[in-house]
Amino acid sequence: MAFDKNSNQFTFIFAIILVVVVGTLLAVTYLGLKPEHDENVRREKMQNILASLKVEVERDAAPAKYDEMIKETLVVDGSGKVVEGDAFELDVLKQYKDWKAGMVKENELKYPVYKANKDGKTLYVLPLVGTGLWGPIWGYVSLVDDGRTIYGSTFDHKGETPGLGAEIALPVFEEPFEGKTITDESGAFKGITVYKGGSQTTDPHGVDGISGGTITSQGVDEMLKRLLAVYDQYLKTQVAALAAPATPVTLGADSLRTDSILVDTTQTASLITP
Amino acid sequence: MSTATTAPAAKPAEGLFSKKNRKLITDPLNDNNPITVQVLGICSALAITVKVQNAVVMALSVLAVVVVGNMVISALRNLIPGRIRIIAQLVIAAGLVTLVDIVLKAYVYDVSKQVGVYVGLIITNCILMGRYEAFAMGNKVWPSALDGLGNSLGYAWILVVVGIVRELTGSGSVMGLRIIPESWYATEGGFYFNNNMMILPPMALIIVGIIIWIQRSRNTKLIEQA
Repeated sequence: MAFDKNSNQFTFIFAIILVVVVGTLLAVTYLGLKPEHDENVRREKMQNILASLKVEVERDAAPAKYDEMIKETLVVDGSGKVVEGDAFELDVLKQYKDWKAGMVKENELKYPVYKANKDGKTLYVLPLVGTGLWGPIWGYVSLVDDGRTIYGSTFDHKGETPGLGAEIALPVFEEPFEGKTITDESGAFKGITVYKGGSQTTDPHGVDGISGGTITSQGVDEMLKRLLAVYDQYLKTQVAALAAPATPVTLGADSLRTDSILVDTTQTASLITP
Repeated sequence: MSTATTAPAAKPAEGLFSKKNRKLITDPLNDNNPITVQVLGICSALAITVKVQNAVVMALSVLAVVVVGNMVISALRNLIPGRIRIIAQLVIAAGLVTLVDIVLKAYVYDVSKQVGVYVGLIITNCILMGRYEAFAMGNKVWPSALDGLGNSLGYAWILVVVGIVRELTGSGSVMGLRIIPESWYATEGGFYFNNNMMILPPMALIIVGIIIWIQRSRNTKLIEQA
């Protein structure tokens, strides 16, 4: 017997070696697989954005489709004004946590917007983030170019209860959002209310929650109201810009209409002169 | 632990799948099942059996951790100092579980999302520590691997059965495939309701209880003498 394995000396040495070996192994594996992991997260984000536009793609095909559909990304501040920033790289979940922890002030928060083009129509994809029962919940809603009608939505979560709160990530919860409006006819902001599960609501500004997933549903309700209120301010400026004929940025039907008005006047003018 | 007092004196010429080694796998499936007889790992059986798929992924992760952990600890059994052996086992278990978590996230991201936080909780699964301490510390590498395999399979089949019962009665599907036709549901004008109680954790305990009941009524040697 060369050594006594129960001696204090060997116990210490063994403990140190074991911890160092296990720690190194984990660190090496983690760093080695980090690029794959980050790429998965990036592609999943693209997948989620596309899912809110009702485009289902495999994770591997997501980057190509994302580049094809998303025409413009921008960042707005709390009052809906466009500010500097990279929308895709902005980690809204981290920002939300920092804000909750008091590390970021409310007026410093930034909100990404993705402008997509589907079948020739402009759609706005708006990221959401909030808190469920066990941890963060997030999602994306897409609005059509009237700035108030929901086109599609997708939600996800970190660890909501499977079979209960986790159901927010299923079509049964997501589909009823379609066609709901975030403002009433007069333009006053209403947000989207998530009612108690099974309420069979007919509210144009509300959907049914998850039975047994009350806290998660309340979390979705809170994040919808809080973030859509911010985005509503931005969307109102966009809709106003679309309605104003002078703006050269607008495309499609509106620019066509401006032209036709011009043609009309010249014709009328030429009819009058002779 | 200076001499292998707990280890059975294995004959050197023993075959890889001798009767004794086969018993290491078959025993935990029934007579010495980790959940129904040893009553270990109950917590995870309650938490992740709402859907069969989660149960399967959890079972596979536990299988990897128990088998590899058993082998590592068995290989180190003559080196691990007696006074810190539980901590040493825990470090190895935690290391392997974290490794599984990292690998799942990198290569099977969707699966890793489904089992979510529960992968980390494998560390607290008593089956791990139970097998490491009770078997791997006193046996050679190969029997330890078989013991790990047997116990995790014993764990797996209970999890899957509970998962099937709960998903079928609670959501009307198995592995995400619809079994109860949509048209039977009361909301679609039918007569059927999902049993919402089945998706709550306590029902898993009751189902495990029923499995124990059936098992003991068929396998009388499990009944304790009063």
